[in-house]
Amino acid sequence: MNKIWLIIKREYFSRIRKKSFIIMSILGPLLFGGILVVPIWLATRDNPEKLVVVKDESGFFDHKLNANNIQFVYTTERIEHLLLQDSTILHIPPIDLKRTVDIFLYGENNHGIDFENRIKNSLERELRKIRLSRLGLNQGKLDSLNTRVNLQTKNSQTGEAEADSGVASIVGYIGAFAIYMFIFIYGAQVMRGVAEEKTNRIIEIIISSVKPFQLMMGKIVGIALVVLTQLTVWITLTSAIYLGISAYYSDEMKLLAETQSAQSTLSSPGMNKIEQAKMLSEVKDKIEGFPVFKTVFSFIFYFLAGYLMYAALFAMVGSAVDSMEDSQQFMLPITIPLIGSIIVLGAVLQDPHGSLAFWMSMIPLTSPVVMMMRVPFDVPDLELLLSMFLLIGGFISTTWFAGRVYRIGILMHGSKVNYKTLWKWFFMNN
Amino acid sequence: MNIVVAKNISKKFGDHQALDQVDLNIPQGAIFGLLGPNGAGKTTFIRIVNQIITNDEGEIYINDEKLASHHIRDIGYLPEERGLYKKMKVGEQLLYLARLKGVAKSEATKKINEWLTKFDLKEWKNKNIEDLSKGMQQKIQFIATIIHSPSLIILDEPFSGFDPINASLIKDEILKIRDQGSTIIFSTHRMESVEELCDHIALINRSKKILDGPKLAIKEQFRTNTFEVIHKGDISRLNPSDYDIGENIRFDGDTEKALIQIKNGNSPNHLLSDLIALTEVHGFTEKIPSINDIFIAKVKEENNHE
Repeated sequence: MNKIWLIIKREYFSRIRKKSFIIMSILGPLLFGGILVVPIWLATRDNPEKLVVVKDESGFFDHKLNANNIQFVYTTERIEHLLLQDSTILHIPPIDLKRTVDIFLYGENNHGIDFENRIKNSLERELRKIRLSRLGLNQGKLDSLNTRVNLQTKNSQTGEAEADSGVASIVGYIGAFAIYMFIFIYGAQVMRGVAEEKTNRIIEIIISSVKPFQLMMGKIVGIALVVLTQLTVWITLTSAIYLGISAYYSDEMKLLAETQSAQSTLSSPGMNKIEQAKMLSEVKDKIEGFPVFKTVFSFIFYFLAGYLMYAALFAMVGSAVDSMEDSQQFMLPITIPLIGSIIVLGAVLQDPHGSLAFWMSMIPLTSPVVMMMRVPFDVPDLELLLSMFLLIGGFISTTWFAGRVYRIGILMHGSKVNYKTLWKWFFMNN
Repeated sequence: MNIVVAKNISKKFGDHQALDQVDLNIPQGAIFGLLGPNGAGKTTFIRIVNQIITNDEGEIYINDEKLASHHIRDIGYLPEERGLYKKMKVGEQLLYLARLKGVAKSEATKKINEWLTKFDLKEWKNKNIEDLSKGMQQKIQFIATIIHSPSLIILDEPFSGFDPINASLIKDEILKIRDQGSTIIFSTHRMESVEELCDHIALINRSKKILDGPKLAIKEQFRTNTFEVIHKGDISRLNPSDYDIGENIRFDGDTEKALIQIKNGNSPNHLLSDLIALTEVHGFTEKIPSINDIFIAKVKEENNHE
């Protein structure tokens, strides 16, 4: 036991002190922070306002057009004269409201789709108003036609509100993808570590002191601790960065929130105070209906158990090959279930409790990723327990199998290895 | 007393019989040569003693105790396939390997400093292995083998890969360690390289032990009463019923070198006086068989029996 501890310590500290680990620990949160910060920055930075000269021959749009960051200037100059200037010109010929309307935008450069859309939307909005008023309707009457529908999902047994599918999907997807990434990245590290010991030829010195299984498990556990450390550093740094930035940008954030709420009130002016209060309580319900504890616990469990299971397989591959190039042929059967579980995520999302989702979350090779997708949709406890139990079983059997191949493989040099050889090693006496 | 007693050891890898009922006794304090060609089963035997693999049949005893995991502490092993963690610091690496053998941290640190000083490597302690020259790495490798002061040191093909300076340095250290009471097992297919060092040998060929015992006794046993004579003259008139003239070749200038075997139990003096009557003798030495000669003779003999 003492020796396993020594191995774990070596594996852990040799990785923690690497430059790449330190760089990744700092870069990771910056990346995450960036994902959170960049949209705010983009939204708050000052876009230079563009000037559009409007030549309106229809008479419908006089001083009525408006769009974000675009200033419309109206002119009565002849269009031929205008075209000689190098400004952006919106030429609205006389309009027959019963037909498709052709309006021309002149300019030296391509304006970009966003710019064009903003102008188009503004034009369409005005034309719609004109048509509506010709029909005898105004915007207020039209808004009164719209009724807000709020579909609430409740559990038929408990009557409690179910988690909102949107929130559940996002949480599930992030969790599942994180497990997939971690298994891949750190499983590959286990494999490289094992192959390194083999090609370095230090392996025989080590296993004259410890059992091969101890060495394998020490490596796997040591790297698992590295992952946990990295996660902790990331979470801490990311929250620190996020908090710092939101404090720095607090005014802008408030402004952003205000403009957003202002826009939403504008778009639905019919909504009164009571409805707003109701909406707030719904948001609260969404968060309350979400199985937070279960999700967090499942993430930790499926990540650890999934990693341990795959790491043993990666270690087996590392022990079998003489160089990393040879590892490709053995990687395929390991990566197929992993990639497969990522591929079916979409289908699982469509029907989180369907038979595909159920079976893939029971099979140990796919359950870490698939079950993680399902958990936020509130999987029955019994199903979750069964899946966890099967995964532990899967972990024990793959580790046992991998350990048997490993103990022979690490001492074999220069022999051509295929699946048959692995199978032979598995049955070989020590 | 024997530090290692192996009784009836057999080991099979699939269809390949790596060791076939091998008995070996390795005396305490000996330098024991485990000799044989490549693929004879030497490394398999060594790995069994190191508990890297297990034997199918037979028993191994270390100091009259059945081989058990605590014996790891008493054995220092330099494998034929050897290496170190390239990106680990010299001091940390030695400490790690010593700790894996079960040495306490403080004791290991003290020993590491002693050995690094002895081998002039003190200032390299905090350098990565990959920054060291090959010769230095070999020294570190040797320190790693003996850092826990084992009572049994097993060196598999120790001089392959070591440069001559390191090889002689290590030879000297091995002799010192032997004098302090440790037992050393040399395993090699290059028999001439260890002939002078070993006091006991065992020959293994094709998974079987074909010969073992004290080196001198074996050599005695394989003496053929053959003498190498450097002379100037004609020896063809030696009595063929008493002597067998092997070869007689031109040696240096006008001298010749002849191999003469005494057939009738005469003493070397008798041969010498017979020679003096015929020729001018410049040199006269007994031709003692080398371990290599003995091995070849023995293998031939075994093959003839089959």
